[in-house]
Amino acid sequence: MSDQLFLSAGDPRPMYQQIIDQITTRILAGDWSPSQALPSIRELAASSGVSVITVKRAYEELERAGLIQTRQGKGSVVTERHDLARTALEGGRGEPSDAVALHGERSGLDGTRLGGRFQAFLDGLEAPRKPAAKNKGMNKSMSKRGSKT
Amino acid sequence: MTAAFSVHGLCKRYDAFALQDITLELPEGSIMGLVGVNGAGKTTLLRLLTGLAAADAGSVVVHGLRLPEQQVEAKRSIGFASEDMRLYRKMSLDWHMRFIAQIYPTWDADYAAALLRRFDLRSSQAVGEYSHGQRVKALLLLSLARRPRLLLLDEPTTGLDPVARVEVLEALAEVLRDERRSVLFSSHNTHDIEQLADSIAFLHGGRLVAHADKERFFDQWRRLLGLGPVGLKLEGFPEIASIRAAGSQVEIKVRSWQADLPARLSKEGVEVQRIDPMTLEDIFVTSVRAGGQL
Repeated sequence: MSDQLFLSAGDPRPMYQQIIDQITTRILAGDWSPSQALPSIRELAASSGVSVITVKRAYEELERAGLIQTRQGKGSVVTERHDLARTALEGGRGEPSDAVALHGERSGLDGTRLGGRFQAFLDGLEAPRKPAAKNKGMNKSMSKRGSKT
Repeated sequence: MTAAFSVHGLCKRYDAFALQDITLELPEGSIMGLVGVNGAGKTTLLRLLTGLAAADAGSVVVHGLRLPEQQVEAKRSIGFASEDMRLYRKMSLDWHMRFIAQIYPTWDADYAAALLRRFDLRSSQAVGEYSHGQRVKALLLLSLARRPRLLLLDEPTTGLDPVARVEVLEALAEVLRDERRSVLFSSHNTHDIEQLADSIAFLHGGRLVAHADKERFFDQWRRLLGLGPVGLKLEGFPEIASIRAAGSQVEIKVRSWQADLPARLSKEGVEVQRIDPMTLEDIFVTSVRAGGQL
């Protein structure tokens, strides 16, 4: 799966925020699965044409939001399945967490569309997929999302 | 309204390069930015307008005077500055200013003095001792202080430090206080053009691919970010100049934005998340990569 991010100077959001939002999108869409390694900070900085500091800041905020975990010297991974589910549910009352809500807000999704995507995301978590079945599972969640919107 | 210049069906062929069928007009009192990659034909077009080169076909008219027939008269009102113009290295800028003042009766000594201060140049120094930036500013001063009605500038900001760049851009903007004066300048620095130009002419491979008011470029181009099925291929969207996908994330750049595009894209499974305007640089690079089509 390509690690490329699409950053734009025409986008009013600062670069680090564009990185945060796109990585969140990629994780929620299932492109990057739980415990999968993220590109290293240096690698992402080089492939996206931004400074190392900018990527570092984005990773730190993603870690605070609970979407990724960084281990000293070992790089960053997408948060484990059960942790990610907890993170997503931490808002209580079955509401999406700040990270997910924030993602919805930034992506311009209204409540219904966000709910649909969040449900698809949780469905994806319930049924652990083998790597080979990943694309199929993702298409399923995409079509579900499509039907709700 | 009279045109500062108008060219029609202009062609100029060199061994390895040809400028083809350029038709373009600059209304008096405005600034046009000439954009294009190296070798696109910017300098050739400027040289044809100054009468430094003769066209193989087509017409060049400056302030109503035809080139080359009436070029002696036309050249009085044209100021041209280009990096490859040479100054007399051992002579001072003062000497150069006196020299130009003798040739051109429109020379404005007060304006020259003001530009000297603005550009922070020592006029008694031999120009051979100037830095690159100082030399560029000296050439501009010599053109500007003649107060030509049409200023043609080839890459006036290339190689300047940020402070010198701003000084030059400010000096250019001030030229337009006089509504009879016009400027055509080339640059690869799209930020300069974005900031200063009223209209933009875009050259690619010796052809004029687009010419429009600056605002029209910004109105028409949009960058869309969205989610789409993996392996998405979009056919039947002629307005799309570029599409890139990484996993589910899709980035689409369109050259003629219509409000119904997100709805049409959703039929192809693309969910649009964001719609943002594009910088001129992004517009320029995207169109060059798409084969120069705008």
